[in-house]
Amino acid sequence: MNNLPLLFLGIFFTLAFSWTGLILTSQIQFGGLVQTTQQLDAEGNLMEDEDLFPQQIVGLAKHGKEVYIDLGCMYCHSQQVRRPGFGADTERGWGNRQSVPRDYILQDRVVLGTMRTGPDLKNIGDRIPSTDWHHQHFYNPQITSPGSVMPPYAFLYRVQPVGDEPHPNAVSIPESSPYHPGPGLEVIPTRRAEALVAYMLSLRLNYSLPEAPIVEQ
Amino acid sequence: MSNTVAATSVQETPYTTANPSVVTELSRIDRSMRGAAIFFLISSVLWLLIGSALAIIAAIKAHTPDFLGAYETLTFGRVRSAHLNAMVFGWSNNAIFAVGLWMMARLCRNEVRHHGMLYIAGALWNIATTIGIIGILLGHGTSIEWLEMPKNVTPVLALSYALIGAWGILAFRFRRGEHVYVSQWYILAALFWFPWLYTIAQMMIVWFPARGTVQAITNWWFAHNVLGLWFTPMALAAAYYFIPKVLGKPIHSYYLSVLGFWSLALFYNWAGVHHLIGGPIPVWLISAGIVASVMMVIPVIVTAINHHMTVVGSFGAVWRSPTLRFIVFGAISYTAVSLIGSAMALRSVNVVTHFTHFTVGHAHHGVYAFFTMIMFGSIYFMMPRLLYREWPSATLIRVHFWCCALGIGIMVVGLHVGGWIQGMMMNNPDIAFIDTVIATVPWLYSRSVSGLLLTIGHIAFALNFFWMIFPRRSVAAAGPTLLDGKEVSA
Repeated sequence: MNNLPLLFLGIFFTLAFSWTGLILTSQIQFGGLVQTTQQLDAEGNLMEDEDLFPQQIVGLAKHGKEVYIDLGCMYCHSQQVRRPGFGADTERGWGNRQSVPRDYILQDRVVLGTMRTGPDLKNIGDRIPSTDWHHQHFYNPQITSPGSVMPPYAFLYRVQPVGDEPHPNAVSIPESSPYHPGPGLEVIPTRRAEALVAYMLSLRLNYSLPEAPIVEQ
Repeated sequence: MSNTVAATSVQETPYTTANPSVVTELSRIDRSMRGAAIFFLISSVLWLLIGSALAIIAAIKAHTPDFLGAYETLTFGRVRSAHLNAMVFGWSNNAIFAVGLWMMARLCRNEVRHHGMLYIAGALWNIATTIGIIGILLGHGTSIEWLEMPKNVTPVLALSYALIGAWGILAFRFRRGEHVYVSQWYILAALFWFPWLYTIAQMMIVWFPARGTVQAITNWWFAHNVLGLWFTPMALAAAYYFIPKVLGKPIHSYYLSVLGFWSLALFYNWAGVHHLIGGPIPVWLISAGIVASVMMVIPVIVTAINHHMTVVGSFGAVWRSPTLRFIVFGAISYTAVSLIGSAMALRSVNVVTHFTHFTVGHAHHGVYAFFTMIMFGSIYFMMPRLLYREWPSATLIRVHFWCCALGIGIMVVGLHVGGWIQGMMMNNPDIAFIDTVIATVPWLYSRSVSGLLLTIGHIAFALNFFWMIFPRRSVAAAGPTLLDGKEVSA
């Protein structure tokens, strides 16, 4: 092939073609999605005096997402729910509906994930709302989920001698558990652990969107 | 072409190494690349060892989570990403810079000038990669697949890439001779595609994030194309260069190589969306990705015919030559991994394999069994030409080959089978999720075994490599080091 102008143009246009087709077109099609109410009125307008969805995560949960990112949780946990009938996502309780593009519009960094070594977390806050459970699980996953291959995140906790009375934030691990640090000791979450748990509890797919209503069974 | 520089006596006789003036010309070109190529190769081999160590830590942690469990720096999510980046930006890119630029210089029949810039750019690249990987381990990673390095080192990477890639373009600009060979198309295209992919992905995901899942689409457009439009063309260029060269016969069909190149350029581009099948993006995008993934069968079959038909009948020579033993292994893997990849894009298959270790096995099948094996083969050919010395030990080459071939074989089979089981169980809601985790554990052990084998292979390779660069006594060059059962020298 010695037709060099054709070679150069081909090299340029093949990639330009996919960039336009996949990315620019996506940006035009749904890169401008905004919040909406759960249902629309008959004319397709937002309902008055109703909350807008999806909602922004704030405060400690927002900090928790940074911890989630820096620890690389998304390499084992996805945050996306496939439609009923394609996989068993809804049957497993990972969400009451499929997740759709609008669910992600307020996230600065979208961590959809492509791996489910562990379960999907899009709806973990609804599925397991217990702060205690999450702290036990992060401190050592074997406490709540024997046989798990999730790493222990004990480095997010401080083990200290119990003072005059137990610390109000101490993680409740039964004394009989082999994972209890020992008599007279207690496990205190650091701020990063608190943030990560707050983030877990903020992950909820419990609202409808006009394009993805939750169908009551 | 107005290029008349080449109108010397060379043109009157065929351009083969049977022609003494060609040999002189090639060794002059090799000499001009010597320092820069060796610099990139040393960097790549060191990264290969670092990446292997990180891989073993990650692999063991995947089934034994308490292993080094107390160290935040080495938690699975970080060490796994550090491994990926060490292998992609450290090992693979340095190997590409050496092999790609060297092939380009030879095919353009022109010496490399002012290569001092290559050292500076190469040093910058490796410093930025080192800082990036330490950044990931210290918790500054981005959690964007294939783009984990902290934001601040990425402009340095882009800049140093520009300085390195420009050398390939310049070599092409000042080429001599009429004909442009298929390897040159692939290298030229890849040199343009990679910076474009990298810059757009950084801009649209990290620096000025696009809204919502447009990020995810950009991410997979990038990540899949790093494989398809950077690693693949470079490895195919090497296969197209070395197979005919070592065997001393022309490539099977010129027209098939044209068809293979253009169909790859057209279809590979669009295929990345198959990583988001079932995900929160418009269905038409997914369908477009699936169509492109299936259309990839065309370039793959075409290239397979071209490579394998050239090799047919010369299997003895392939087996004796260290270069071809690795490269043909890679070429066969390319056919296999690509056809499996097309199948994985079908919705009915993807619903099982997506989100499982099957995909991890597939990624290693591509990046290792295809790309990395071809780079090993290329390095076996290059080094004697750069150093005027032969490989010191045929035994170490054999150890390298067998450990890597067996190791990657075990990994691919283990993760494909384990991943399939995991996917089938996951899609059955009557099975508790934790049971899908426990069922994969034996297969994850098989990955650790394979990682150990691969690392032994890499150590054998590195020993031979550094022994060759820093010989303790002069190695008798009785002829090329071949794998025909007789040790030339040890």
